[in-house]
Amino acid sequence: MNQLHIPVEHTILGNGLRVVVSPDRSAPFVTVGVYYQIGFRLEPRGRSGFAHLFEHMMFQGSEHAGKMEHIRLINSSGGVLNGTTHYDVTNYFEAVPSNALERVLWLEADRMRALKVDEENLRNQRDVVKEEVRVNVMNQPYGGFPWLDLPPIAFRNWPNAHNFYGDFADLDAATVEDVRTFFRTYYAPNNAVLLMIGDLDPSEAFSLAKRYFEEIPRGPAPPRADVSEPPQTAERFGEIPEKFGPLAAIAVGYTMPPRGTPDWYTAGMIDRILHGGRAGRVYRRLVLEQQIAVEADGGTELLDTNGPTQMVTRIFPKPEISTEQAMGAFDSVILDLALGGTNAEELDPVKVKMRADYYSMLEGGMGSFMPRFGLMHYLATFALFDGDPDRVNTILDQFLAITPADVKSLAQNILVPSRRAIAVRRPVDKGLQPSPTAEAR
Amino acid sequence: MSTPATANADRAQVPALSPERPVAWPKRTVRTLPNGLEVVLAESHTFPKISAQLYFRSGNAVVATQAPGLAELTASVVRTGTLSRTSRQVEEDLRRMGADLGTHAGADSSSIGISGLAEFSSGLLGLVADLARHASFPENEFERERRQKLEELKIERTTPGFLASERLRRVLFGPHPYAFIAPTESQLSAYRRDQLKDYYDRHYTPANGLLIVVGDFSSAQLMVEIETAFGDWNAPGPGLASVPSPPKYLGRRVYLVQLPGAVQTQILVGNLGITRHDRDWYALVLANAIYGGAFHSRLVANIREQKGYTYSPRSAATPLRQHGFFTTSAAVRNEVVAASLAEIVYEMDRMRSLPVTVEELESARNYLAGVFSLGVATQDGLLSQLSTQYLDRLPEDYLETFRERIRALTAEDVLRAARRHFDSANAQIVLVGDRDQIFEQATLFGHTEVFDAQGAPI
Repeated sequence: MNQLHIPVEHTILGNGLRVVVSPDRSAPFVTVGVYYQIGFRLEPRGRSGFAHLFEHMMFQGSEHAGKMEHIRLINSSGGVLNGTTHYDVTNYFEAVPSNALERVLWLEADRMRALKVDEENLRNQRDVVKEEVRVNVMNQPYGGFPWLDLPPIAFRNWPNAHNFYGDFADLDAATVEDVRTFFRTYYAPNNAVLLMIGDLDPSEAFSLAKRYFEEIPRGPAPPRADVSEPPQTAERFGEIPEKFGPLAAIAVGYTMPPRGTPDWYTAGMIDRILHGGRAGRVYRRLVLEQQIAVEADGGTELLDTNGPTQMVTRIFPKPEISTEQAMGAFDSVILDLALGGTNAEELDPVKVKMRADYYSMLEGGMGSFMPRFGLMHYLATFALFDGDPDRVNTILDQFLAITPADVKSLAQNILVPSRRAIAVRRPVDKGLQPSPTAEAR
Repeated sequence: MSTPATANADRAQVPALSPERPVAWPKRTVRTLPNGLEVVLAESHTFPKISAQLYFRSGNAVVATQAPGLAELTASVVRTGTLSRTSRQVEEDLRRMGADLGTHAGADSSSIGISGLAEFSSGLLGLVADLARHASFPENEFERERRQKLEELKIERTTPGFLASERLRRVLFGPHPYAFIAPTESQLSAYRRDQLKDYYDRHYTPANGLLIVVGDFSSAQLMVEIETAFGDWNAPGPGLASVPSPPKYLGRRVYLVQLPGAVQTQILVGNLGITRHDRDWYALVLANAIYGGAFHSRLVANIREQKGYTYSPRSAATPLRQHGFFTTSAAVRNEVVAASLAEIVYEMDRMRSLPVTVEELESARNYLAGVFSLGVATQDGLLSQLSTQYLDRLPEDYLETFRERIRALTAEDVLRAARRHFDSANAQIVLVGDRDQIFEQATLFGHTEVFDAQGAPI
């Protein structure tokens, strides 16, 4: 059973902005977030990577806080800040000493109301984003594996299947007018939620939210992209060349049941039985027992997605093991679960670990200097997707109620080839064999 | 509550900071057991979890000149079995207690870290004690871990950030053990189980140990459990070995690590630095924040926000136990390697030539003070700060006085630290990239040597 109760209060301002507050006066800091319900899944066609490029533009200045001012004001208040782009949301967040709460709200309101963009800033951030893609994807072994590899193989509908970091041609094509249109369309208060967590008084926090945000005009309801997928009837497969790394890498993604359905909770437990470190079935069998892989684990992002979502296993077979052999070993793990199910002896500890991981995520979730990132993230996604931020207190027990019988019956239905996609990174032949004696200091 | 009307003038005005609420630094319970094990406990009751680190004050540096990476391999195998638990039992016990385990070795320490649900605190500490005292080094688990490390090492030697760090450490530290951050493939292949066991027996001892626990517990009660788990363990600490000094550099040089096909160049510029015990430490930390250690720093404003050369520029002052080093890093597109180095050298020189502005000084002091206090808001953050304090044997009031020490610094202090440590004329420059695309640019900054990914000169 969940043993933790998080205080949650929420309201909706006249302009449609949702506001969620969670007081915790144990240390003098506040974590503030603004989440907009727009992610890379929902970006316009022909503008791959735009949601993320736009996220960068939100740090380029607004009417009363010019370029670098937003960053300076947060850092010089003793705080840290960042933004991240996800499938279905984009967030902007700060952790600051609690005496800076009002200043942070002023800054977030200023850019929600009046973002300033120009050609020079757009050109500058396009260059920065390209270096980001190079450092994280194009110039790293296994860069983008598997999060950029699997979607184009697994899905058929462009919102789910395109390159989320962006093709450089699409980034180059983005105009200042695109930025303004995107801002007007998706960055209205009625498409967002404001979160305030930590050392604060809820009624004061709501009052400050009204003071700074309520006069920002509501926008038209943003169009929702159709993110549904046509039915899949057969296994899907694709190969991607690996330019640097010496090993092949396999990613297997199974499409999960729709958010909030009973099967969705059960699928969460199936993920935890298969994955979650060295006690998970996949790692235990492939790495510890059969010793055919040097790494094998996976997971799924159920809680913060609102559309087709996969559970993804990553396998790095030893070089003398073929990808077919590795898939054979993985398939037998899957078959064991689908045919043999699980029992309380396995499921009970899995639930204990899930509870512990949930608490850890709520407490931190993004390094030592971003307290309560996870709590903020879940409050936001529960508010935006489910209309109920207080689910942060109830959702865990819904997962913990799953039984071995639930697991067995669902595993048979969803762990099937017609629900999965496989991506293989295959090392390119570099044409040069490293000399074994070329080891020197 | 009523909503005050918002006048337009109000919108243009940055709200002032309200009075700061004092940070309540957690009370620590500190004891040294009769066997020499130092114990530090700090309560944190917001989440029903605990987090613990058992450190031993020996790491890769004590074996680096004969067997680089041996301490790290030892740490990996420590978790794979004890006299009473198989590898699988260890992993299942962890899951049953909602726990994660990490066993690692850095340059100066080896560690067994655990975090899990507070309701299992005695079981978690019991498991840590079992691993620290009774690891059995099963032969088959050793072979499996070594093979995994070998494959990981091959991947690391295709990773620009790793290759840059590896080359810079060799260059900066020369004959000193800090020069080696990883073994070669042949060294790793030659390690035997007995060497690991020997390292474990000599260095995993209570007299060499420091146990820090943070979380939702009663300190008095937990101390009793710790005495039960560790009190009857007796073994002496290892002696201290003398080590050669790092070289002194006269002149800037360039080291190019060839990575064919790289579409970007990893720049890493470094100088020898200082430890936390040096009188300049706090001033260097502040200078670093102004130069490149924060988002709002000169380096980020220049080569990212103004010029768009890079996504990820940053600088860092890294303190190890005996020496430190100071680095600037950026991954830049191949055409602007020289342009980026020119700006890095310019920004280093500006720091040592002119005092920083009052605005920069105040901003950076507030930044460091605020972020330091954010670090006590999570169990892991607090554990990390306590680890710094007690591993480095800093004064008992380190947490309480850090912010006032930073806030007392002046522009003159920053200038003095920059003059001593931002030594661009003797900086050692590592570039990881495609030689055919960047060699000409590299040579503009000094005599250039080229190495392959295995470390051999080309």
